[in-house]
Amino acid sequence: MSPDPRRWPVAPTLTGLALLLLIGMVLAMLSGPMTVSVAQLWQGLWSSSSEPGYLVIRDLRLPRIVMGALVGGALASTGAVLQGLFRNPLADPGLIGISAGAALGAVAVIVLGANLAAAWEIRLPTQSIPVAAFLGALVTTMLIWRVASRGGVTQVSMLLLAGIAIGAIAMALTGLLTFMADDHQLRTLTFWSMGSLAHSRWQDVALAAPWLLSGIVLLPLLARPLNALILGEEAAVHLGFSVPWVKRGAILLSAVSVGAAVAAAGQISFVGLMAPHLVRLLLGVDHRWLIPGSAAMGALLMVFADVLARLLVVPAELPIGLVMALLGGPFFLFLLLRQRPL
Amino acid sequence: MNEPLLRIHNLSVHAAGRALLREVNFSARAGECVALLGPNGAGKSTLLRALSGVAPVARDTVWLRGRSLENWSAGELARFRAVMSQQSSVAFPIRADEVVALGLPGRRAGNLHDPLVGELLEWLEVAPLRARAYPSLSGGEQQRVQLARVLAQIWDAEGPRLLLLDESTSALDPAQQYLTVEKLSALAAGGDCLVVLVCHDLALAGAFASRVLMLQDGVLVADGTPDKVLSPRRLAEVYGLDSCRVDLDTGTSLHIHGALRRAPRPPGRSPGTR
Repeated sequence: MSPDPRRWPVAPTLTGLALLLLIGMVLAMLSGPMTVSVAQLWQGLWSSSSEPGYLVIRDLRLPRIVMGALVGGALASTGAVLQGLFRNPLADPGLIGISAGAALGAVAVIVLGANLAAAWEIRLPTQSIPVAAFLGALVTTMLIWRVASRGGVTQVSMLLLAGIAIGAIAMALTGLLTFMADDHQLRTLTFWSMGSLAHSRWQDVALAAPWLLSGIVLLPLLARPLNALILGEEAAVHLGFSVPWVKRGAILLSAVSVGAAVAAAGQISFVGLMAPHLVRLLLGVDHRWLIPGSAAMGALLMVFADVLARLLVVPAELPIGLVMALLGGPFFLFLLLRQRPL
Repeated sequence: MNEPLLRIHNLSVHAAGRALLREVNFSARAGECVALLGPNGAGKSTLLRALSGVAPVARDTVWLRGRSLENWSAGELARFRAVMSQQSSVAFPIRADEVVALGLPGRRAGNLHDPLVGELLEWLEVAPLRARAYPSLSGGEQQRVQLARVLAQIWDAEGPRLLLLDESTSALDPAQQYLTVEKLSALAAGGDCLVVLVCHDLALAGAFASRVLMLQDGVLVADGTPDKVLSPRRLAEVYGLDSCRVDLDTGTSLHIHGALRRAPRPPGRSPGTR
């Protein structure tokens, strides 16, 4: 017989996670090919000097760490919400095709955009790739939504299957575009397919942060209806929640967060799976604590993976999506094996 | 104040061209404990789903507290009407007391320290299981935890309350079944509450229901006290049951011999299998 589920006290655990995240971010600031002392870090954060050391701290490390934390937080919150919505602890933003759609949008602009721009004699706006990724996420989500809805009712199992199918189509189209790409484009493509924070600057953070933050802040509003959904869709209706609106809200906010995350850092899977699972082990299934806890845990995981990505193959660096997959894949398998009935 | 808590007026429900319920009429007041009986597929669960608001019904066929069902929002209904359906699968490692706390109304939902959680677990005799993982409980234990959850929803509600239960004691052992239904019937009799329970156990319904509704092929064929409805003739007609009334010192008792039909022979084994 399985042991009774343990629950840690909520407030201290959430505070502890936030503190861990802060410490993690400071350690991430200190680590890298260029050694930085704590004193230098402190000065670097506040001085406007343009010495190379300060520049590395202020304009290279800080924005990518902030971006990593935001992307991790948004993906993990989305994971927690989607798992609640699908009533399945193995759901992940990547699973229902949102990430694949976002990546397709980005790749389409990279490969086709240059040709189209040349043909129409226009210049592509600098932000066209992130915007395309965001639109890709939104279009895929709407498409999945249409397929899974019949007569005003959205079936969650259908949503999951439609997501897998449309995600596969998006991946195939991405593959087709990859086939058409030239050498230079291929290098840019790697960023989107493997995920990276290497190019995150303050202007990228400024563009992505409002969307990522809106996901992190608004997704916890769904906590109470998602708690009721643990007992089943009909039970949630009987408890007085409007399940269609919960589904709409969850799907729309997921598209916004995941679209922004892919636009900012490419496809990064498994954060949305690992973070909620770890938090559930600590705090249990109450979404009021699970969603914000997952945001902190996801941010922590991303910052940690980013440090590994920068340190493992110095002076080069690994794509963070690759590091996350190397950590997350075995974790996922472990979950599957543990779920297997004995 | 003469309007009954629940009134059904010419309710018909169709699905895929088939009539599941045909012109059902009845009304019931708080204080009654109504048993809904009938063979498999007679429309018991359909009726319960129609009353609970999850199955679409025609306008002005179901009335609660004097207001037609379509004019109630899900949130308003949840304040005085609780439902326990047959299925109760849970995907996450949730604790028994967490399940009950989810039933608490409004902002109280999820609060494990709410005294009502412990009281209801105690009342349904599952208090020792409160920290156990819900999926690891036995079927009967799960049903009692779910029952506590459903009761928590309307326990402190104002005005007449409605409790709809679909085979909610089916997995309990016989003694627990009688105990639990007795508690529910006492709740109906003592409080401002109407209990409607679907069940298959004729003796159980006869012992505790103040009124029995009998459905057959979507038609309400009988409505009255258990003594009147559960007659050997009607049981033969509706279920095809062979039964008789036995006169005892304490009153009459229903004795069931078995089905009227003989069971058909099992199909033969296919010649090709070894």
